[in-house]
This record gives sequence, C-alpha cells and structure tokens, in this order.
Amino acid sequence: MLKQTEGSHAVAEAIALCRPQVICAYPITPQTHIVEGVGEMVKDGTLTNCEFINVESEFAAMSVAIGASAAGARAYTATSSQGLLFMAEAVYNAAGLGLPIVMTIGNRAIGAPINIWNDHSDSMSMRDAGWIQLFAETNQEALDLHIQAFRLAEELSCPVMVCMDGFILTHAYDRVDIPTQAQVDAYLPPFQPRQLLDPADPVTMGALVGPEAFTEVRYLGHHKQLRALSLIPKLAADFTTQFGRNSGGLIRTYRTEDAETIVVALGSVNGTVQEVVDELRNDGAAIGSVSICSFRPFPISVLREALQSAKRVVVLEKCIAVGLGGIVSDGVRKSLSGIQLKGYTVIAGLGGRAITRVSLRQLFQDAMADELEQVTFLDLNAEVVSHELEREAQARRTGPTAEAILRRMGTVASNIG
Amino acid sequence: MNSELQEVKFYQTGTFTVGNRLLGETERAVQANMRRTNSLNSGHRACQGCGEALGARYAIDAAMRASNNQIIAVNATGCLEVFSTPYPESSWQIPWIHSLFGNAAAVASGVAAAMRVTGRTATRVVAQGGDGGTTDIGFGCLSGMFERNDDVLYICYDNEAYMNTGVQRSSATPPAARTATTMAVGKQPGNVFGTGKNVPLIAMAHFIPYVATASVANLRDLEFKVTKAMSIHGARYVHIHVPCPLGWGSAPADTIKLARLAVETGLFPLFEAEHGEITGRTKIRHQVPVADYLILQKRFAHLFGSKPDDERLARIQANADRNIAKFGLLD
Repeated sequence: MLKQTEGSHAVAEAIALCRPQVICAYPITPQTHIVEGVGEMVKDGTLTNCEFINVESEFAAMSVAIGASAAGARAYTATSSQGLLFMAEAVYNAAGLGLPIVMTIGNRAIGAPINIWNDHSDSMSMRDAGWIQLFAETNQEALDLHIQAFRLAEELSCPVMVCMDGFILTHAYDRVDIPTQAQVDAYLPPFQPRQLLDPADPVTMGALVGPEAFTEVRYLGHHKQLRALSLIPKLAADFTTQFGRNSGGLIRTYRTEDAETIVVALGSVNGTVQEVVDELRNDGAAIGSVSICSFRPFPISVLREALQSAKRVVVLEKCIAVGLGGIVSDGVRKSLSGIQLKGYTVIAGLGGRAITRVSLRQLFQDAMADELEQVTFLDLNAEVVSHELEREAQARRTGPTAEAILRRMGTVASNIG
Repeated sequence: MNSELQEVKFYQTGTFTVGNRLLGETERAVQANMRRTNSLNSGHRACQGCGEALGARYAIDAAMRASNNQIIAVNATGCLEVFSTPYPESSWQIPWIHSLFGNAAAVASGVAAAMRVTGRTATRVVAQGGDGGTTDIGFGCLSGMFERNDDVLYICYDNEAYMNTGVQRSSATPPAARTATTMAVGKQPGNVFGTGKNVPLIAMAHFIPYVATASVANLRDLEFKVTKAMSIHGARYVHIHVPCPLGWGSAPADTIKLARLAVETGLFPLFEAEHGEITGRTKIRHQVPVADYLILQKRFAHLFGSKPDDERLARIQANADRNIAKFGLLD
C-alpha cells in the first residue's frame, strides 16, 4: 500500500509487520518516533503478541533484548548517537553471544560538542562489534531493509543494525510502499532460535572462554560475516521476487560502466551524489557512483569489481577516523589492494552540515582534475579554523574551543545549512 | 526452662541452629533431600569456605523446588559466574546465561518478557549477582527492573567487596574494612565511614512485592525466604550475606560463624518486607559486641593493633546499635 509518511513511521510499520515479540525502548533523538510508533501499535492492540518495555537506559534496552532473544523471542530496539555508545558493551555482547537482534540506528553525530544532527559517527564506532551493518539510501529502503534484516539475522544467528540517516530519512515525509502482512509472512518465517534458554534442555550461555578457544569463537563470528556476503544478495533477490522492487544487497552502482571517476558513499547522500553525477555526465564527464549498503560485512570483492577500471575513487564519508582520515576509505583501499588508482577521502556532512549539489559539483570537478588533497573536509570554514589556531597560539588559557567559535560566529541559526 | 528443649540439645553446637536430624521430614532443608536438584553442581572452582557458593546452591535449589524445576537463571559477571563456568566445565544444571557485569537485572527482564510473550509462564526467572554487580554497576538496571515490577527474583550475594577482581571496595564494603582500594595505611586505614547504601531498603522504596535479607548462617531461613519469594509474581529481591575467606582474611572454617556473628552483632539485620513495609524480622537473642566479629577478619586487623582503635570501633558499634534499634532486633 502506498502511503505518504515519515521515515520513522514507515520503519515502525515495517517492524510491526515482522511480528516482533519483545521491543525495548529508550528515547533518543532522532530514533524516538520509531519506538513511539511501534509502542502505540502494541498499546492499541494493532500489534499483538508483543511486549513493549520502557527501560531506564540504552544499556538496559540492549540487555533486555539480549535476555529476550536468548529466551527465544524476536527482539528489536532502536537508538542513535550517545545511546549507541552508552549501550556499547551490550552491543558487543549481543554479537559475541550470537543473538539475532535487529536494531535501527537513526544516524547522528557524537559529542562533545553535543549535536543532534546527522552523520555516521555513531554506527561507525560499533563497526567492529560483530553486527551486520546495512545503510539505507531512502525511506523505502529503510523499511525494506528491516524486513530483510530479521531474516538475515535469524539465518546467521547474528545481530543486524539497520542504519538510516537521522532527520534526513527519519524525519522526512516520503511516499513508501508498505507491504501486506501476508507478503512479509511469506518472506520472513517465525523465529526458530539456534540457541534457547529452556528448562527442558538446559544450556549454559555466556561462559568464560579462555585462550584455548577464544580465537576460534572470534573467527566464527568473522566467518558469519563472510557468509553474509553471499546471503545478503540472495535475500535481496528473494525480496525482489516477493515484493517486486530492489532493495538492499551489498552495493549499488550508478553509471559506473565507463566511469574514470567513481564516488563511493553510504546512505541518503547517494541521492544527491547521483544528481551531481547526472549533471557532470551531461557535461561529458566520465563519472559514476557506488552506494555501499552493507558496510559490515564489507563487500571487498564486489567493490573491487566496480572500481577496478576507474582512474580515481572519491570516498565521501560522514564520519572521521581522527588522526587518520576516513573510515570507509580504509575498506575501499583494502578492496583495491594491488590496483593503482588515485584515492581521495572527503569528510562531509559532519554534525548535520548540509552536503549541497553545488559543493559536490565543485568537489568532483576538483577530483577529476586531481586537485584534491588526500583528505578533504568539504565546506570547511578555513577562516574560523585559522583564527582559532591563532588564538590558541597566543595564550594558554583560551577557554573552551567550541564556545569561542560560536561566540565569534554570532547568531548560529542563520549559519546552519 | 523447657525440659524438652534441653533433651534434644538445641545448643549442642554452641549455636542456636537446629540440625536437620532434629527436625521432622517436612521441615528439613532442601539440601537434606537426596533428590535435591544440585542446580549448582559439584566440581566448580570456588575457594574453600566460599559463602557465595553455599548461598547460591541453597537459594537456587530452593527456587527450583518452588517452581517445579522450571527456572532460567541470569548471572552477572563476578566470582559466581567465573568459578562456575570455565568451559566445558559448567556447574549449572539449569538453563543459565551470563551477559555482562552490570546488566543481569535487565537481561532477566528480557527473559521474563520472552516467557510471557511465548506463553511459557510456568518458567520462572532468577537473576543473581554479587554486591558489586548489584549495588554499584548493575544498580540502574536493578532499579529499572524493580520499578517496572518485572517478574524476576533478583538475588544479591553480598560479600562486601569486588572479590573476583582482587578484593576492591564496593558500595557494600563496610566502614574501616581493608580492601585493595581502601588500604590499611594512613591516619584512617581502611574504608571510609560514609553514609552507607542499603540496597534492601532501596528495593523497599520501590514498593516491590517482596524484599528479604538472608544469611548463610541460617540456611533454613534462607530457603524459606527464597521459597516465599518464588510464590509471588513481580519484582522480588533477596539479599544474602556471604562471607568471603579470601577477601575478608578469615579462616575458611569460620564462614558460617562469621555470617552468624554479622547477624548477632546487628551489623546484618535479617528481615522481610512486602510492598515497602517490613513484615518480619529475625530477633537477636544475645547481642554480640562488634569486636567479636571484626577481630576474626584480617581486613579489620588495623583496628586491633598494638593499640585498639577505640574510636572507630565505637562508630562501628554505633552502626550495629542503630540497626538493632531501627529494625527492632532485640526484645
């Protein structure tokens, strides 16, 4: 059914269609509307056979999900930003225990300075926690990925994070096609846990494991992700058969066939990237783009295949490996091992800074002329930076940096975007 | 004096305990039954004289008997978790999960939710942790579980410090006690005299259906309280005092004796509460001076050096006296 709705509510409807049995919720912007949406469906009886639990922290949210999943219930939660960091220990634990929990991340920056807007720093911080991480490009894809996520998680007994850009997707009203319960039921069978806490067949879960077996346990976690590399495209293909549209998969290429320059990005910014690619194509430039949907597992071979004939790759990322440059770039480099081509890292959209067509057009033109630095910060206000550095050089006690910058900039609201 | 009591020699052990052989079949402890479940089986790696192993064994077997053996246990990180599970030598004969140090109560809430939603309501959930996992790092999750009144029995085995990591102070460590982080040096050796953190009373402040304290010195009382807790649905809390020979610097053979002295000094009051109101207390027949309890433990040795620390001993005695007055432990 076609519906004009907010991204969060579209996801809430998708979750409800997946027949979750335990949902735990702790509020944090911008994921809040998702759990509010599902919570309402539980409360008004639309979503039956489901426990909606208001917990006291994100750490508890993931912990409740761990208990529920280990005891055989399909468990779901959602979070963002600081919330994901606060639950970090339990995030690793869920993966280590091999529990097929599905969690939405409404991607948002991490403080300090506190900032509620979108970037990918939060889920990137958990990239090695053992979860599968899928990034949605549109609200429709966010909805669809959740349906695929439960099946993927339960087939592998591995938790899955569905990442969607905070505000840009979570709060955007868009037309989405919401499938029927019968369609989802045909795609997603009931939860058959691989491990279960059951008095009739007692097991010990979460035992102490020493050096004699720890490496093997970790290797098998890695192996699960390697298996996901073939399972993700298969589930996406099944999804297309069942629902009649393409969603998910490892990567998606856009006009890359004869491209000399290829832009790689995650999430909703791919829409803008593709528009700029079209503009530059009209001007005769050989440019294309790749959207990475599966960031964990990282699709090394398909990415290599997509990029190997290009002359240069521009990785546009909404996160930063401080002291190094790019996080996504690291994986892209690995997938290009042995292939000589120019690689650029562009850090963009941090803390919600808009990534505009104008800026991207200039950026890609600079890249095509090989006039980019190895690591570029898109739309960085160099004047603000140099003034602050100068100030710090002149005195010892210069006070808090962020506040000094804001004071000098004056009215903040007029500068956003 | 009742002559019949004299005849069966209740005082034969020099204590007020009653041996199983003096009791009728129905009154005997779970552990006296040949068909006890041995939920925490032999072969685990607890130290000699471990109060926690004893407490857990009695508590979980009692919970098993009360639930027709339908128990799922959730364990916080800590001694109990470590000594019972180096794989493949798990001592647990029941479905058992360990997730993290600070989340046992929340994981248990999740298990309880799964039981409700999948219709397995006969299966009961018991969470357990040490004092660190309960009164410190797991406190937020514990309070959340209480406040939601989730159907979980949480058992805290209180040995008054982080024993698993090498005897560091927790918020349950008593004043003046020496731990690895409250060293017995300086002008005020040992732990500070803070304001204390009485988690059973905090549990009561959540008005949950049942709260009790218990001691490994009184195992029948412990079993009774666990059994009673299991007869109730909703959030329940049982706080068991379990001496630790390693951390306390006491003789393994003195574990029960110390647990008993903690009760008889008034330092560890035994009581029950329902919905926030105290409903029962175990009276002390003869109050024992706190020094008799402290002197058996090396963690308090600095109080009894060449010159006894009378001032701080008096402060500890005052704490005991305050408990006795507050809970009405003496007739």
